[in-house]
Amino acid sequence: MDVTNENKIPDPFPGTIHQTPGGGILVSKMDQVINWARSNSLWPLVFGTSCCAIEMMSTASAKYDWSRFGFEVARATPRQADVIIIAGTIVNKMAPVLKRLYDQMAEPKYVVAMGACATSGGPFFYNTYSVVKGADHIIPVDVYIAGCPPRPEALIHALITLQEKIKSGMTREQMKMEKPEQSF
Amino acid sequence: MATLESQTIIDALEQQFPGKVVAVDHPYDFLTITIAHGSIKDVVRYLYNEPSFSFRFLTSCCGMHYPDAPQKFAMVYHLHSFTTNFRIRLKAFTNEDPPVFPTLTDIYKGANWMEREAYDFFGFRFTGHPDLRRILNMDSLEGWPLRKEFPLEDPFRKDKDDAMFGR
Ligand code: SF4
Repeated sequence: MDVTNENKIPDPFPGTIHQTPGGGILVSKMDQVINWARSNSLWPLVFGTSCCAIEMMSTASAKYDWSRFGFEVARATPRQADVIIIAGTIVNKMAPVLKRLYDQMAEPKYVVAMGACATSGGPFFYNTYSVVKGADHIIPVDVYIAGCPPRPEALIHALITLQEKIKSGMTREQMKMEKPEQSF
Repeated sequence: MATLESQTIIDALEQQFPGKVVAVDHPYDFLTITIAHGSIKDVVRYLYNEPSFSFRFLTSCCGMHYPDAPQKFAMVYHLHSFTTNFRIRLKAFTNEDPPVFPTLTDIYKGANWMEREAYDFFGFRFTGHPDLRRILNMDSLEGWPLRKEFPLEDPFRKDKDDAMFGR
């Protein structure tokens, strides 16, 4: 039987259809299907430490509505969340809490650093005794968003970027398991 | 609602606490009375208990630091009387270091966290406070960050040079 790749399923579902008499057979890789499923139901943790959180709430509400992309179920517990959006300034006192929340999240977990504060300390980069200069000093970050605060469109763009990142391959943990000697 | 005049309060305080009213001012039309350091609690208690005043609400209290003034440290209290809808500001200066004030937690429960904040940022001590420890900063922070002499960061940093920003 001829195997052709002509009947590709349009994006975003990964895989190809093999025509057989009486219907097609879908061929795909398990990893790809899992990543596809994961990327389309990312549950964010309710976590906002300052002004960027207002913008995040706006993204969640009706006008921008991130549930169109699979983020609607914001969870108030890290055990049920897949992605933590660091929306706001992280101060030294908050840092251990953020680390604990991240540790409590189940694998695979993703981190979005929203805004200048979470990326680098932002407006508080100079002359501060209390602000962590970038959340990546505490937990690994997958996607950074520029802005102070970033507009909701920018947050949605970052979340779609995160989806693409998930669809495109392995998680950081999977990479570690395959090549433990390398650091990511 | 009974109305209250600034002058009534000033006269009453001067009569009750002769010599303890250091200064009276009306910045932005807000009655501000400076009290001698030692009598601040007696004055607050009097304003709280006196039926015609009834300043039963402590809006805020905070510390201040004037490094160049003759009296370096001050506590500022904002009181509110609901029955007369009148607001008043009290100040008390001291030069001690660390500055020591009597706690107001036995008059206003809400003073607890505000006094902890003054301790946290300025190192003020409050005698009789039930739980005087840092509230907003990490416990491991050393020094009092809102004092003017507190070094905000490493003075040897090089990446702040204007040359880096083309200035
Ligand atoms: S980046 Fe700007 S808007 Fe966002 S938390 Fe920091 S200061 Fe606020």
